[in-house]
Amino acid sequence: MPAAVEIRDVVKKFGDVEALKGVSADIHAGRLTGLVGPDGAGKTTLIRLMAALLKPTEGRIDLLGKDVVTFATQVHFNTGYMPQRFGLYEELSVLENLQLYARLRGLNPSTLDATFAELLQFTRLERFMQRRAGKLSGGMKQKLGLACALLGKPAVLLLDEPSVGVDPISRRELWAMVQALKNDGMAVVWSTAYLDEADRCDTVLMLDDGRIEFDGPPGDLTKRVVGRTQRLVGIAQDRRGVLAEALDLDIVRDGVIEGDAIRVVLNEGAEAEPVREVAARHGGRLEPAVSRFEDAFIDLLGGGPGGRSAIAEKMGVVDLGTDIAVSCSHLTKRYGDFTATDDVTFEVAKGEIFGLLGPNGAGKSTTFKMLCGLQKPTSGEARVVGLDLRRGQSKAKLKIGYMSQKFALYDLLSVKQNLEFFSGVYGLTGALRRERIDEMIDTFELERFLKESPQTLPLGFKQRLALACALMHRPLVLFLDEPTSGVDPITRREFWTHINGLVRKGVTAMVTTHFMEEAEYCDRVALMYQAKVIALGSPDALKAQVTSAERPSPTMEDAFVGLVEAADGAVRNAA
Amino acid sequence: MSGMGFSVRRLGGLVYKESLQVLRDPSAILVTFALPTVLMLVFAFALSLDQRNVPIGVVLESDGADAHELAAAFSGTRFFEVTPARDRREVAELVVSGKLKGFVVIPQDFDERLKEASRGSLVQVITDGSQPNTASFVGTYASGVVATWVAHRDGARAPAISLEPRFWFNPELNSRHFLIPGAIAIIMTLIGTLLTAMVVAREWERGTMEAVMSTPATVLEILLGKLVPYFGLGLIATFGCAMLATHAFGVPMRGSYFALFILSSAFLVPSLGQGLLISASSHSQLVASQLAAQTGFLPAFMLSGFLFEIGNMPGWLQTLTYLIPARYFVASLQTVFLTGDVWAQFIPNILAMLAVGAGFFLLVARNTHKSMDT
Repeated sequence: MPAAVEIRDVVKKFGDVEALKGVSADIHAGRLTGLVGPDGAGKTTLIRLMAALLKPTEGRIDLLGKDVVTFATQVHFNTGYMPQRFGLYEELSVLENLQLYARLRGLNPSTLDATFAELLQFTRLERFMQRRAGKLSGGMKQKLGLACALLGKPAVLLLDEPSVGVDPISRRELWAMVQALKNDGMAVVWSTAYLDEADRCDTVLMLDDGRIEFDGPPGDLTKRVVGRTQRLVGIAQDRRGVLAEALDLDIVRDGVIEGDAIRVVLNEGAEAEPVREVAARHGGRLEPAVSRFEDAFIDLLGGGPGGRSAIAEKMGVVDLGTDIAVSCSHLTKRYGDFTATDDVTFEVAKGEIFGLLGPNGAGKSTTFKMLCGLQKPTSGEARVVGLDLRRGQSKAKLKIGYMSQKFALYDLLSVKQNLEFFSGVYGLTGALRRERIDEMIDTFELERFLKESPQTLPLGFKQRLALACALMHRPLVLFLDEPTSGVDPITRREFWTHINGLVRKGVTAMVTTHFMEEAEYCDRVALMYQAKVIALGSPDALKAQVTSAERPSPTMEDAFVGLVEAADGAVRNAA
Repeated sequence: MSGMGFSVRRLGGLVYKESLQVLRDPSAILVTFALPTVLMLVFAFALSLDQRNVPIGVVLESDGADAHELAAAFSGTRFFEVTPARDRREVAELVVSGKLKGFVVIPQDFDERLKEASRGSLVQVITDGSQPNTASFVGTYASGVVATWVAHRDGARAPAISLEPRFWFNPELNSRHFLIPGAIAIIMTLIGTLLTAMVVAREWERGTMEAVMSTPATVLEILLGKLVPYFGLGLIATFGCAMLATHAFGVPMRGSYFALFILSSAFLVPSLGQGLLISASSHSQLVASQLAAQTGFLPAFMLSGFLFEIGNMPGWLQTLTYLIPARYFVASLQTVFLTGDVWAQFIPNILAMLAVGAGFFLLVARNTHKSMDT
């Protein structure tokens, strides 16, 4: 059977920038093809080329045997495309959006009642037919976007990062729908920055920096590391120190924290003995682990970064003067009738990494913002290093370092100017200011980028700069808002090496995230749902809560989904 | 396969969608209905080109009877609020501090000057040049007061001619009558250019344009899907403004609504064309609104003859105004409201607007592709 989409030697340039550097691949009907890669790898460009929204600079793409440039209109009839922001009209209701896209595909909506009913049932949106798209939750928007893309029964379905910013529950539902479509013979392309999603695809196109790094079933890549993935379990304390120690071994290619355990990938042909010794020295032991796509991918790229954080090593041990870094009691935030955060109480100890998790709209952002003083609580109180955020706001803020997924850097300022600006904002002056700026430039190797705009930096360096800006004033507590979403796994590891290093010096980190791997780095996690904390404990403790006979070793995602479903009672409906 | 060419169903879908968006999006309603009302009120009450009770000083250095009489004439006019003084130093400071807009000096030798046959300048007028409009107002009106007074005084001997100082300026209410038809042009520019550019940019920002372009809809359908609703909206707003002008502000309607309809339709062509052209070159609402304000709203405000007489502009600027569609629209609207249906004036203006509009649409057609390549 010929491929549904044939991509041949495609180069795409935007001005001087080469987004795709010679890509060739086939997309087949009846298969779910995962287009995997970090932000900026060229995933969106490739999808837009297939959807005939861009023209290739070189090479060609045939969709169902037709060249997409010459036969663009045919392509538009044959493909369903869901862009990253879903392409929904927020002022229009669910049904009106469907009717519009039906008309745009040349269908007569009055004859389509059955089709609409079917799609709405498929996406479980029947109850929300009259609701405006702007009032839907992120997950529901996603499903409606999918329904709109499915009108006219396209042969090829192109989904651009459908799982970004969507909680694990909505992600699972979306996966189930797409699986069903694929089984009906549709060619489905699903682009994602989540490597764990690659494991579930029939075949994977791994893009990095405009090139295909891997093309084939995920198992083919994972196979390469089988037998080389191990877990260090039963470690009494200081997992972060043990991870650093393990990463320093020559035979360890990659390592991450996984709840109470540490996961390592060994070099090919290496003996596990030195790692076993490290484990034993800290009262633990080594056990084999199931290999994952991500392990193999890091292996393919030549291994992860080392375990030492240059910045953490330069910092002295932090003294808070108190054992509780962040605390909140009966924290509540209401917007009119709507309660975003409802009576939340917890304490975060010094030197702890504390994660806030929850589905979209659960209230974790609001809670997070109140904790770092960006929003005022309706009632209850939040303290940072013992300072009440309602009173000593600016004093408390000097103890906080904040970094978000969007990095919050000024693109119109150079790298150097960004450093100068943030050092000034945090009250550094004179010799100390110059010293800290130089230190950051030195530690994060920013020297060669000083005059450039942050916009033009490679993602990894952008992240370093953002971290540098947040660290210059030596904060005691770090607030990290989805710090590594959309970032490639190597850059993410480098980031966590720094955070782990800082935490070992006594810095405290608060994290919000949709990334289950990020949650694994946390000492404790608060799972929020419908404005309340429904579970609080170490990642492994949360996993233990959903462990059952049919699910003996649940993942963090299983725990997330299981706990939210349990909180919802047995009947969790479409919403 | 059906529907490869132009499809009325797709266009209908787009127009219906856009109409729903306008009706449900408070910002569109705001621009279409609330903003015109506010602007009309501003133009009607706050922005009057006539001035009254401007504070000035009158320095009486002469003690002659004529000098006193002239000083009284200044106090008597409603254009000025007079602060009398004996020494110019008293009032000079008040001008510096901004409390007075200028002062008139009736010099010691006023009586002698008056007797001279040639009559050079009788008084000295000093104005606050930091506010040029008020300064020139004070200068001209002060001369007017003196001229009237002299005329009266001479008239006592040789009567007959009565000079009305306001002869040189708009009679009080006329400025409102002139401004309100002009305001309609400004509002139409806002709807045609600003709103259109913004709603297209919004589609880019929200990613809906990308989704629509991935469907079989053609460029023509997408563009018409924007034009038709905003054309309608522009006409509705025009008639709303006309009603407001005639019923609330007492502006006469001496021409026909038919002429108003034809003129407004003609003006919407370049106005919408400009909006689409802006949106073809900018995909962000912020940039689009800036561009629309700089290239649409401000020229319509300043170069259309609405506020500033085109005849008083430097030559090159006058030439430039021929490219501003609002220029033709403002002139025609003033005629429709204040004079009547003068088709001899309307037709060339309509043709000019359509010509500018055709130019915009030509550029739109060249710059709009069904592609995300830029």
